[in-house]
Amino acid sequence: MSLILTLVTVLLLVAGSAFALMGSIGLIRFPDMFSRMHAASKAGTVGSGLLLLAAGLHSADLSIFARALAGFFFFILTTPVSAHLLARAAHKAGYRLHPSSVADHLRQDSP
Amino acid sequence: MTAFTLNVLFAVIWVAVSGSASVLNLLFGFAVSALSIGLVREQAHGVSYLRRIGRILSLLALFLRELALSAWKVAVLVTRPRLVVRPGIFSFPLTVGRDFEITLLANLITLTPGTLSVDVSEDRRTLYVHAIDCSDIEGARRDIREGFERKIMEAFR
Repeated sequence: MSLILTLVTVLLLVAGSAFALMGSIGLIRFPDMFSRMHAASKAGTVGSGLLLLAAGLHSADLSIFARALAGFFFFILTTPVSAHLLARAAHKAGYRLHPSSVADHLRQDSP
Repeated sequence: MTAFTLNVLFAVIWVAVSGSASVLNLLFGFAVSALSIGLVREQAHGVSYLRRIGRILSLLALFLRELALSAWKVAVLVTRPRLVVRPGIFSFPLTVGRDFEITLLANLITLTPGTLSVDVSEDRRTLYVHAIDCSDIEGARRDIREGFERKIMEAFR
């Protein structure tokens, strides 16, 4: 039983770290601020969520697991808000989309 | 939503009466009171409370699946040796109208594959969404309208 628990924990840790790494690479590789927010908000949330789940499982304690779940929940709740605010602020401040972009309806509607 | 308030109240009363204040007992009380409220509501020909809970759970399941999928998509995109993206911001005409529903929809859109909500228009009719692959705007609009927006309408109307 404890072996299975350890294996699942290891799996979650590796997967979580991998997603966090992918998010960081995405931050460097994507062309403009808006695309970068994609990498940061999605891969980052899942990565840290999996790490939290691993910590909760490893403790083998229901109250600690519940707290880890709550942490994941608050990540899901707060990450989109900050990503949305950053993207909105960047657009309001006049930050242009990368030249490879195909459309910008927001600039058309509110120049 | 009043049924939900009643449900929480019943759960707290259950914990107080049964005398063990643990999370598990609270959850159990919640489940029992949901069942009983659902039964009563069914008799009174109101909106089926149990069905609504089922729809909210199905929205949650859809969301978790999309979240996993979106992280995977970002990972695949990032590890490709040649990064070819066609990003852009498209407008999405909203059908949902209440602030709470718009917030929920915007948050869900941000955490799903390839889309990120940027802004809401002043009159709350249009949502501006940044997409990492903006080559098929109509398809993206249809996906949101028939996926999350419909589920939100089902769960909260």
